[in-house]
Order: sequence, then C-alpha cells, then structure tokens
Amino acid sequence: MRIQLPYRTPHTPAVRLESFLVLLGLSLAMAVLAPGFLSINNFLNILLATAVIGVLAIAATFVLSSAGLDLSLGSLLAVGGVVVGVLGVNLGLPWWVALAGGLAAGVLLGGVNGYLIARAGIPAFIVTLGMLSVGRGLSLLIADGKPIYGLPPAITFLGQGRFLEVPVPVWILLSLTLVFHLILTRTRFGRYTLVIGDNEMAARVTGIDVAAHKIRLYMLSGGLAALAGVLFAARVNAADPTAGISYELSAITATVIGGTNLFGGRGTVVGTLIGALIMGILQNGLNLMAIPAFYQQVAIGSVLVLAVWLDRIRDRRPA
Amino acid sequence: MIQGRGWDVSLLEIRNLTKRFGAVEVLRGVNLTLEAGSVVGLLGDNGAGKSTLMKIVSGVYSPDGGEVWFAGKPLAYPQHNPREARRLGIAMIYQDLALARQQDVASNIFLGQEPLCRWLGLWPVIDQARMQREAEQVIERLGARIPSVRHPVGQLSGGQQQSVAIARALTSSPKLFIMDEPTAALAVREVEHVLELIRELKRQGIGVILISHRLPDVFAVCDRIVVLRQGVVVADLPAAQTNMSEVVGYIVGAH
Repeated sequence: MRIQLPYRTPHTPAVRLESFLVLLGLSLAMAVLAPGFLSINNFLNILLATAVIGVLAIAATFVLSSAGLDLSLGSLLAVGGVVVGVLGVNLGLPWWVALAGGLAAGVLLGGVNGYLIARAGIPAFIVTLGMLSVGRGLSLLIADGKPIYGLPPAITFLGQGRFLEVPVPVWILLSLTLVFHLILTRTRFGRYTLVIGDNEMAARVTGIDVAAHKIRLYMLSGGLAALAGVLFAARVNAADPTAGISYELSAITATVIGGTNLFGGRGTVVGTLIGALIMGILQNGLNLMAIPAFYQQVAIGSVLVLAVWLDRIRDRRPA
Repeated sequence: MIQGRGWDVSLLEIRNLTKRFGAVEVLRGVNLTLEAGSVVGLLGDNGAGKSTLMKIVSGVYSPDGGEVWFAGKPLAYPQHNPREARRLGIAMIYQDLALARQQDVASNIFLGQEPLCRWLGLWPVIDQARMQREAEQVIERLGARIPSVRHPVGQLSGGQQQSVAIARALTSSPKLFIMDEPTAALAVREVEHVLELIRELKRQGIGVILISHRLPDVFAVCDRIVVLRQGVVVADLPAAQTNMSEVVGYIVGAH
C-alpha cells in the first residue's frame, strides 16, 4: 500500500500538515459518531481537560527539540502543587508567595537536572529518571504523604475560575502556547534550542554556550511542570503528592504526535497543542460514545505510532 | 608580515604546542608560523594531529602546553573559545562542516550572531528579514548556487553545504581562514571553485591554512607545505622547492 502525501515543503512550516489533518479527521469522525460532541461547551471541556498535559507538553517540546529528555515532569508537577499547598495552607502565607514558591521549587529541581546533564555529563535519561523518583519522594515528604486541602481562593481560581465564559486554565494554556511558539521560532533562545538538538558541535563551534543553555532549558521545563502542578491542584482543590504519575509520557506523546522530532532539531509548540488536543478529543469522544477507557489507551498509542510513521514516509522520499 | 606595535610580527605563531586526550599524546611540541597573505598546506596521515592543532587555534580545544600567538598577541587559554576566536578574526571550516542540517541556510550562516531587532520595542527577537537578505548577499558574493536561503541545509548537495559553511566563516571578516578537508567531498568543478576562493583570500591579504589529503589541490594553491607526523612537524618546505613524492615520503615516514 502506498500512501500519497504532498512532499515536505522546503520551508519548514510552523505546524506539520499530518497532525492538523489527523485533528480535523478525528473531529469530523467524532462529530458524526459521538452524541453531543459538537458544542462549544464540549469544546471548552476538551481544552480544559487538555490544559495540564498541554503545559507539560510545552516543556517537553523545548527539551526534546534540544535532543534532551525530561522524565521528571510528572514528579515536578507534584512538587509544584505540594509546595503551593504547604506554603499557602499549612504555613498560611499569602497566595502569591505560595505560587512563587511552588514555581521556584520546580525551577530549582529543573536546574539540578540541567546541571547534572550539562556540567557533569550524565545522560538526560538517567538524570531525569533519577529526578522522577527524587521529586516524587520529596513531594510525599513535604506533604507528609497525604493531599493538602483548602487552597487559597486565588489559587483555586487558576484551576476553576472563568474569564469571559472560558475556563482560566484554557486561557493559560493558549497564552503559554502563543508565547512559547514565539520564543521557539523568533528568539535566539529558541533557535539555539533547535541547533543544539540538531548538531551540538555546530552550536559549540559558533560560540553558543551549550552547557548554560541546557541548564536554562531544564529550569524552564521544571518551572512549567510546577505551573502545571498548580493548575492541577487548583482544579481538584487539593495538592496531592501522588498527582501526575506517568504524565511525562502523555506529554512526550502529545509532543511527538504534534511533529516535534524526538531526536532534536525540529520542534513546534503549536503542533504540540494540536497533539495534546488530538489526545483530548480521542478521550472525550470515546467517553461520549461510552467506550471503555481501556480502548482509549489502545487508540492513543496507535495514533502516536501512526503520526510518526506518516512523518517517516514523507522524510524518506527524495527531496 | 603585518604591522605590529613597531615591529613586524607573524599573523599566527604556534610555539611548542602539546595536547593529549587521555593516554594518547596527539601533539608533541608543534611549531608553526603563518604570514598574512600566505597559504600553508597542512598535511599528514590520519591521526597525525592536524585537526586537533587547528581546533586549538579556533578555540574548540585548549592545549596542555605551549603558546599560540595571533597578530602579535598570545591567545588566552583556557578562556579562548570559538566566539573569542571569531572576534579576533580566526575562521575555521570544519571537516564535517558543523552545520545544523534541519535548519535553513540563513540560520546556519548567522549561527551564533543572528541580527536582532526589538519586538514592540521591548523584546529582542531575530530579525528574520534582515538575516535572509544578508544571507542572500553573502551567497551571491560567493557565486554559490543555492535554491533559497530558506532551504534546510540537509537537503542541499555536498558542494552547496560547503558553500554555506564558507559563507558562515566569511561573515566574520577573518584574518586567518582555516579549512579542514574542504575539497574531500566535492565534484571537480566545485573543487576548482574552492581553490579559486583560496587564491582570492590570499589576494586580500588573508592567511589561509589548508588541511587536505589531495596533494594536487595543495600544490595548486599553497606557498608552503607543513607535514605533521605523530604529533610533530617533520617537514616545513616552500611548495616550489619540493614535489609530491617527497611530500608523500614525509607523510608516511620514509624520510
């Protein structure tokens, strides 16, 4: 069987055509098959359900674009939420101190990841696998093993509030997507991220400080994970130290479906949003059709492999 | 000779340079001088230390011992790095070209020195329009045929990729131009193009070091030929006073 797709355009687009087509086809299929899929309310539901994974996936997009890997996203998510809980509830500090503390904790642990990867030269897989465990342990220790309830109203607003009828997490996801899309495509920070992932030697010989850049990337990744943790805790009104287990895998899945090269050099934040939405729509549509959750896992895994396969087919053809 | 402070100094002077990687002694006291406007061919068998020597000059590696003087001043190792080398006027084209293959031609040419403008007067962003315009000018000056500066470099031919690497090196207006195997992967017509470029650089008073295995290319453009063997200079001869078989003898150690 031969699949005919248009040749890859020489000018790399912001979003890969495949992921957009998959999103469109999937939405059409769900609109026909799933009762109640086509409504603004349901669409906002999908975006809301996508927000936490979407924010994590933005972090994964930057790290994967640099040919790195961050397996600690889910654990740093829990750390971010729990630190906000301890500062805001147990210690009764103002909400903005709690928020800043939670984000700082994520940036700090991300910085530890980055330092060990860039300066000590330990593979990212090992370092962030270690942090996956260390971060989870720390969040359990900080929270004494149980969820912290009763977060300040200003924090829960971030997860449950609405602005112009649209849930606040959706605003946050969409604005972060826009900002980080611009950072990746328009700034030196974004360009160096891609170049380091493409050919680290090219970055080195043109005077780019590769180690410093990698440390900043993992700090960014940790900070975004902590922010996702705040959104998650705010939405369920509890800072749970067991939150976000295996979320890093969903984030990486969304990123790769969206067209970011798992081995670095090519990344797209808008594509990542589409990848996350594809996963959200699958879940939502299958739920509406009352198909058991086990099938959803099969479907999402299949879409991941299919997306990468389509990409390969286009890459293998003569330029 | 170029004008130093009051007396004439060489453009590049390498004194007793040593470098080891673990147990391997790659350079064992190398001496080499280069005058502005002259072309030196640096020859030697694989592993003789040619690329390592040049990567020390271009700031990728630091030496273990010895000194490198450039335009009358010592390079300050280990702070010396590729950015500093470029600022001083040392440009190098690497054997594997050191290109980011998924990025476009313009990005590769301006890698590490992208022109910036301020978005809404606040945030520094890459001035894409200016970068592409200037990249087109550089490519045109080189006379290279490249479909578009927005083409990913990995989709270009070997000769076109070579042109991109040369264009990148030329943007820093170098005084010293180091080329590591620039003709190894090129078609005949493209080789002639590179040799003509070397002659043009020489006419402009730029010093050139050419690393190559292709002796006809070396004899076609070089004033002097330096042979490295097992980390030391075994021959330093004017090109006019030697021939290929003598040079081959030095390379393989028959002399």
